[in-house]
Amino acid sequence: MAKGKQLRSLSKKEVEQKRKEIYATITSTTLTHEQKLTCMTNHADSFMNVLKLPKGLEDLLYTSEDKRCICDLFEGHAPLRPRYICPDYQKLINEGCSFLRLSPPEDLFEALNTLLIFYKHVPSVTNYPVFIGNLDKLLEPFVIKEDKETAYKMIKAFLKHIDRTIVDSFCHANIGPEPSLTASLIMKAESELDDATPNLTMRYDEDITPDSFAIEGINCSLHCAKPSFANDKMFKSELGSHYVIASCYNGLIEGGGSYTLCRLLLNHIAERATSIKEFKKKTLPYVMRIMAKYMDERIRFIVEDSNFFESNFLAKEGFISRDKFSAMFGLVGLAECVNILLEKEGIKARFGEDEQALTLAREIMNIIDKFNQSHKNKYCVATGEHFLLHAQVGIAEDKNTSPGTRIPIGEEPKELIDHLKFLENFHKYFISGTGDIFPIDITVHNNPEYVLDIIKGGFKSSLRYLSFYRSDSDVIRVTGYLVKRSEMNKLDSGQAVLQNTTGLGLGASKNGHILSRKVR
Amino acid sequence: MSTAIVNKIIPFSSVDGKGNRSAIFLQGCNYNCLYCHNPETIKRCISCKECIEKCKTGALFYNSFTNTVRWDDTKCVGCDECIKTCKHSSSPKTKIMSASDVIERVKKQMPYIRGITVSGGECTLQSEFLRELFFLAKKLSLSTFLDSNGTYNFSSDTELLSVTDGVMLDIKAFDNEEHIAITSANNDIVLKNAVFLAEHHKLEEVRTVVVPGLFNAENTVTNVCKLLHKYSNEVTYKLIKYRPFGVREKYKKVFITPSDDLMNKLERIAAGEGFKTIIAGNID
Repeated sequence: MAKGKQLRSLSKKEVEQKRKEIYATITSTTLTHEQKLTCMTNHADSFMNVLKLPKGLEDLLYTSEDKRCICDLFEGHAPLRPRYICPDYQKLINEGCSFLRLSPPEDLFEALNTLLIFYKHVPSVTNYPVFIGNLDKLLEPFVIKEDKETAYKMIKAFLKHIDRTIVDSFCHANIGPEPSLTASLIMKAESELDDATPNLTMRYDEDITPDSFAIEGINCSLHCAKPSFANDKMFKSELGSHYVIASCYNGLIEGGGSYTLCRLLLNHIAERATSIKEFKKKTLPYVMRIMAKYMDERIRFIVEDSNFFESNFLAKEGFISRDKFSAMFGLVGLAECVNILLEKEGIKARFGEDEQALTLAREIMNIIDKFNQSHKNKYCVATGEHFLLHAQVGIAEDKNTSPGTRIPIGEEPKELIDHLKFLENFHKYFISGTGDIFPIDITVHNNPEYVLDIIKGGFKSSLRYLSFYRSDSDVIRVTGYLVKRSEMNKLDSGQAVLQNTTGLGLGASKNGHILSRKVR
Repeated sequence: MSTAIVNKIIPFSSVDGKGNRSAIFLQGCNYNCLYCHNPETIKRCISCKECIEKCKTGALFYNSFTNTVRWDDTKCVGCDECIKTCKHSSSPKTKIMSASDVIERVKKQMPYIRGITVSGGECTLQSEFLRELFFLAKKLSLSTFLDSNGTYNFSSDTELLSVTDGVMLDIKAFDNEEHIAITSANNDIVLKNAVFLAEHHKLEEVRTVVVPGLFNAENTVTNVCKLLHKYSNEVTYKLIKYRPFGVREKYKKVFITPSDDLMNKLERIAAGEGFKTIIAGNID
């Protein structure tokens, strides 16, 4: 407890304030027991002060919401584990786990049970696993040994179990790019279950994935808003063949993950600049330097002080290893940032509409990309000692802040082609994830090839990740994660709901207008 | 190079054939169906100028050099007041375009589209343009569909057929009397085309708009299926629910939307004959 000496003491006022917050958590009627426990952990963490914070951070992070330029997305003051952990589940299937006393499964019953046990011990910032494996690859050898009916029943029960116990839809499973019976059964079950969890991504490569398999995915997504489609060629070329899609749409490396994710609130940074020139030369570089330093310090604490990699069984048994971790350098509000800067210069141009705004947006992205390429962190060996850029999807509290580089809802171009052409400028930067979401008119049900053509065209045009959902479906994609509209309504009327993400979705529907996206 | 009067181009369409397609609507039709959903595409503009004064944004003007009503799309807000004003089943919002003009507009959608579909109006009335357009589309590896009322003698235009991947053919009614009641024209050429195109593997889709009371849809679907039963595995039957959208006021009052029961019954007939069957709720 030698490091305890570093702790700053709290004033009586601060303690009283925190006690009030704790009491509110205890007596809340809209939180489930598990949600209360998570909140209590965060309250405890908020008393800590073990990070050596870079000079200048306070003014950028611990300031009022409308002035905040850096956000650490509820990671707390003393990170006790990396933010996102993506275990090598194939190792579990092949070798079992000695800490959990699991031997390698021999049939589908054992394989599913093994996974379900393991999931309960995979931490993350949400305390639930954000990646639950390439389920088709993991399970196919067992599925093909069962009769199809039994296999289907078991997979459906497995998925239902996940939805009801991993009560957070940042939990993500992957399938594809090759077709498989398992993936087909998963999609069939998801279409019937209509649940928000797990999130699901189909890796898609036109040269590997048959149209018929992709169409199964599209039909499933028009039922229950998943799977999303990841540009397999693109991710493989950047992260290697062992990339995974975790949480919302985060490209990470299997057996690793991300230590941390902090984000630049570009709109608020723009407000602090007096001109475009000042923004580019001074304001933005200053904030980026501080955020990078802050991330460096968070990573240092996790690696050097937290003892996570020394003590957690995942690391000790090799389900994860430190050399496969990276960190995510996130951003939101590029749209508003560009609009604010143009307004300051008296230029009438809007992000998503005018060429001049696009040029400025590209210039800003190039500055951020270049900064990231020049900043090194020795613990991010998996990605060349660099962080990975991430177009963050926003949080419920965000106001007038569009996710990542998205065009604000309500300002989308009239024609989808113009929207897509615009996105082509930005997806390439975000190796650790970006994505765009399109609600689709119901008439497309007769013509899923319409969506397939958009995916094919998009991935040829360097788009990274695309999601579709039917404009009138119950499960919808909020910004990256999924929620059930029916559950949001329940929460809105003051009842407790199972999924943590429902609350985030409700906030986003009020502040982020996610129910008003242009239907395509 | 020949030109055509183009009513509009929809960059991405999900309802004009399989996959994502750019749809090009040509002005002018040789039918005048009672339930026409886009009657403003039937006739060519006669430049009567009545719409000009109704235009609130000054997007319409008279060109005294060419003696025609012209349209400035940059000023147009799409209120459609001009179309409501027109007494001649036409629209001033058209453009005269060459095949290469259209192709330039289509190229922007590549690689997101798999092909183009030309519709109308009746696009075969401008067949020279069609041939040129499809020839250019083929060079770009785009598939080529056309939407037709079946009055064109396809058997005499092998050149057009050679660059057309598929025809989506309207069969308004199988019974000739009923067909005349809807369109004021015989349907013998339509049925002849249906068989001819199917034989040549160019019949992509047959379409019937179901309007209760106007004709016996059950009879039409049953007989069309019989006529084409040999080709049921390659022809889609699209059954389109009549909707009042876009229909002229005097007919809007007369026709009703068919029930789901009727649509499902028709679907069962066509599906029973082995046709891939689609029920479409809206028409564009």
